Amino acid sequence: MKTFLMFRNRDFDLKQPLPPSADYLVQDLELNTLFNAMSSGDAFIFDVSKKTVLLSLVYSDPILYRQEILKDCIKNPSTIRNIYALAIEGIESEKKTYFGFFNKYPDAILHSSIEVLNLFMGTLKKIRKIADEESDKFESNGFKRFFNMIKTELTDEYFEIIEDHLKELEFKSGMLIGADIGSGNKGKNYIILKPNEKKQNWLSHVFSKEEAYTFTISDRDERGAEALGHIKDMGTNLVANAVAQSADHILNFFGMLRNELAFYIGAINLYEQLSKLDEPVCFPVPESSDERIHDFDELYDVSLALTKKQKVIGNTLNLDEKNTVIITGANQGGKSTFLKSIGQSQLMMQCGMFVAAKRFTANISNGIFTHFKREEDTKMNSGKFDEELKRMDEIVNNLKKNSIVLFNESFSATNEKEGSEIARQIVTALIEKNVKIFFVTHQYEFAHGLYEKKVDNIFFLKAERNADGSRSFKLSAGEPSQTSYGIDLYRKIFHEDLVQKI
Amino acid sequence: MFKSILFKNDSDKMQAQKAAMPEFFTDLNIDQIVDTLTSKKHEYDLKPFFYTKLEDVDAIKYRQEIMKDLENEQLSEKIRNFEDKMRTMRGYLGQSDKLSYKYQKERWFLDGVELYCDAVLTLTNDISCIEIKSEGFISFREYLNNYVNSDTFRSLDTWTKKLEDDLSKIKYALFIKGNTIKVKKYESEKNYSQEIEEIFEKFKQDSVKDYRVKFSELPDMNHVEAKILDFIAALYPEIFSDLDEFYAQNSNYGDKIIITFDREIQFYLSYVEFMSQFKRNGLSFCYPEISDGSKEFYAYQTFDLALGIKLINDEKPIVCNDFYLKGRERIFVITGPNQGGKTTSARTIGQLHYFANIGCPVAGKSAKISIFDKMLTYFEREESINDLRGKLEDDLFRINKLLNMATPKSLMIINEIFSSTTFKDALFLSEKVMEQIFDLDLLCVWVTFIDEIASMNEKVVSMASTVVPDNPAVRTYKVIRKPAEGLSYAISIAEKYHLTYNMLKERVKS
Repeated sequence: MKTFLMFRNRDFDLKQPLPPSADYLVQDLELNTLFNAMSSGDAFIFDVSKKTVLLSLVYSDPILYRQEILKDCIKNPSTIRNIYALAIEGIESEKKTYFGFFNKYPDAILHSSIEVLNLFMGTLKKIRKIADEESDKFESNGFKRFFNMIKTELTDEYFEIIEDHLKELEFKSGMLIGADIGSGNKGKNYIILKPNEKKQNWLSHVFSKEEAYTFTISDRDERGAEALGHIKDMGTNLVANAVAQSADHILNFFGMLRNELAFYIGAINLYEQLSKLDEPVCFPVPESSDERIHDFDELYDVSLALTKKQKVIGNTLNLDEKNTVIITGANQGGKSTFLKSIGQSQLMMQCGMFVAAKRFTANISNGIFTHFKREEDTKMNSGKFDEELKRMDEIVNNLKKNSIVLFNESFSATNEKEGSEIARQIVTALIEKNVKIFFVTHQYEFAHGLYEKKVDNIFFLKAERNADGSRSFKLSAGEPSQTSYGIDLYRKIFHEDLVQKI
Repeated sequence: MFKSILFKNDSDKMQAQKAAMPEFFTDLNIDQIVDTLTSKKHEYDLKPFFYTKLEDVDAIKYRQEIMKDLENEQLSEKIRNFEDKMRTMRGYLGQSDKLSYKYQKERWFLDGVELYCDAVLTLTNDISCIEIKSEGFISFREYLNNYVNSDTFRSLDTWTKKLEDDLSKIKYALFIKGNTIKVKKYESEKNYSQEIEEIFEKFKQDSVKDYRVKFSELPDMNHVEAKILDFIAALYPEIFSDLDEFYAQNSNYGDKIIITFDREIQFYLSYVEFMSQFKRNGLSFCYPEISDGSKEFYAYQTFDLALGIKLINDEKPIVCNDFYLKGRERIFVITGPNQGGKTTSARTIGQLHYFANIGCPVAGKSAKISIFDKMLTYFEREESINDLRGKLEDDLFRINKLLNMATPKSLMIINEIFSSTTFKDALFLSEKVMEQIFDLDLLCVWVTFIDEIASMNEKVVSMASTVVPDNPAVRTYKVIRKPAEGLSYAISIAEKYHLTYNMLKERVKS
């Protein structure tokens, strides 16, 4: 029995390692704000949301599969939360018994397994009931399949068969153990046998006429009784294992149900919070990774909106057919915010979620990477430049064609001439290898050099600056210019300081 | 007639029986190498073999040829199978000796004999299918063939197999109710745990925890098990009386030459395994050309084996170097910054000579090495500081002793001598020592901070450890005859991270 709510035909593996770029993505795109909103304080949901967002899907079919399921979840939030609660109930019932504790006696393993299985049956029956009552309201393939499976696999007859076996396993009328002769002529391969049908009563064995030898251990022989107990333990070992593993499998079923619902619970939480802020969300249209598509209305930085707890400014652009976008212009003009929104939306789209925009279409990326300038790094320049290139090296190790790399003021920890040359070499090579690039830069020599080449699929954006020096925080097409209007910023800060001092 | 897979000459074999660790082992870190080589093979007591240098070119070639055969994984894998079985066999016999209950003792013995027969037969068969070229292996193969076709071996093998087969077919069942146990033959009853698994099959996900309890299986039996076994013997009387007789008749079954082979072959296997770690990391080993009397020496792309072990464990790269002496060249003088690979180079050259002289392949792509009579090493020693003589005096005492022992066939390795005196003194003394070395015409490696002696005459080859030109803090661990040239700062860092345009075009996967 598989839940298959994260993938059409495979399990969601929580243990799968995050891509090597994960830590940088979280830091550079401020994803913890996003995960916190999804988790609503639940550490497990935080963890699953983080993994789901960072383990990007690279084909549109699995993305659309999750989108459909998420649409069902947004329509039926309380049913989803109920099933999630039952999965947790199942997992908790394991903790109420001694099941799963380290134990060296098969007999004890057998009995605690029987106990926990009885509890599991109760929870499974409740899930069946929800399936019976609510499944009509779900339209996605994922949920239709899930509820159908519950109804056909967990029938009343099946529950009865299990309960019968749980009784039989107590061996009230004696135990038949089979064995072979092993090394040193000691017994091996002990197993519990089911007596052949003809002997209806297990007791009749003792009196049958077959060739056999019988002996009895005297009541006073304690070591003999211990030895006999040992043989029985060896006999029970496999059966106890089979029962305990069955209990584990059902426990894993609950675990899987929890794992695969946690992301959707997180997405419902986020959806509800953004709705309260009156921020738009939409289900994106993922295009093939070979295409170069980026077309959106009011794409905003979701972490900024969640932090400010208010509606923030978004960008509306069409970057179709562009492989490379170079962003220049005013300081504090919204360049980094825009770059973050590009990264966030790419990740949100590729995990099957909605994105923070009114409308969004983009090609899928084979890998999402960020290379942001590290502000906090105060080491001497040579070490800093070395560090920047070291991070770039790590990125390249995992880079494939049709990946996307977001650069934010990269390779600026050296003089402009050298930095521009390194940036030029790297960007040129990546473009030729069909890697999609967004690059925020102040390096005029680098940006202008690319502009002069007049290549069709390189696009130049500029942070707007109004005539009075104020910013609109919107980006529009524009040729790189030599100043970044940093002087405005200094003036502003200087002025504020002055006011404070007075 | 086959005698030994390791020794062509009986005299070498005698030497090995009383061998102790040579003094220069610790200076050259060969002790560490031998520790690694033998670490998984304590039971074979291999160290004396590694302590014994061979006397002539033929004895070395005898081993080289055998080692070449063993580098064929088909063959070494077969030998390892043999080794495993022989080891297990020894364990079984030990068990048989220890136990007291009759049917147990007899069974462990039987299983030991079974393994022995199997090991010998499998090996004979395996060797006959693999191409072997060495004199040693060809002669051993012939010995094995004769042995397995002998009547002694054949009858032992047949009897063993029949008895094992009979015992393995026995299946029985115990019915337990309260304190009563009934022992009977098995009558095709079904396995109950399978039925349980089938019922819960639908929940089966990935693998789950294994709840099977590991019982601490002592090899001996308690009285209940013994009683059950007695009843099984009563259910199958012919089989168990045959077992009694087998045990009584076969106490001296093993062949001495084959048992010695099992130990001696480990010398080669340990070395082949040792080399494979390096080869997996892209490094080379080669069979050096061995000469007796020639002063020509070369080893290309070679490295220090002891350091190599550490670097591989730490997952760090190993730097290879080239060394050669031709014409009248006899002496390497190695100078340059500290921690740059100077001492490592000196050790490397010593190791090359030693391993070549015990018939092993050496680190490198190709090498030519001579037979030496003595390895004379001078390395600084901590303990000598407490000596009554001063440090300088001690240096002179030791170097004098080495020079007195030296012959033109010796190899001398000097590491940082005269470091405790003034530069002027050190230069003077070094020149004096160097003159004696010239006269002896022996091969020498000399690590020193005194640049002047690197250019004393045409017998001296000057080599130096190197650094990254623009960043003298970074060592390359390359020791070369000439220094290299540098690059501009930003590009050299980009090159270091393989991020230039050309390098990136190669790296990014399409």
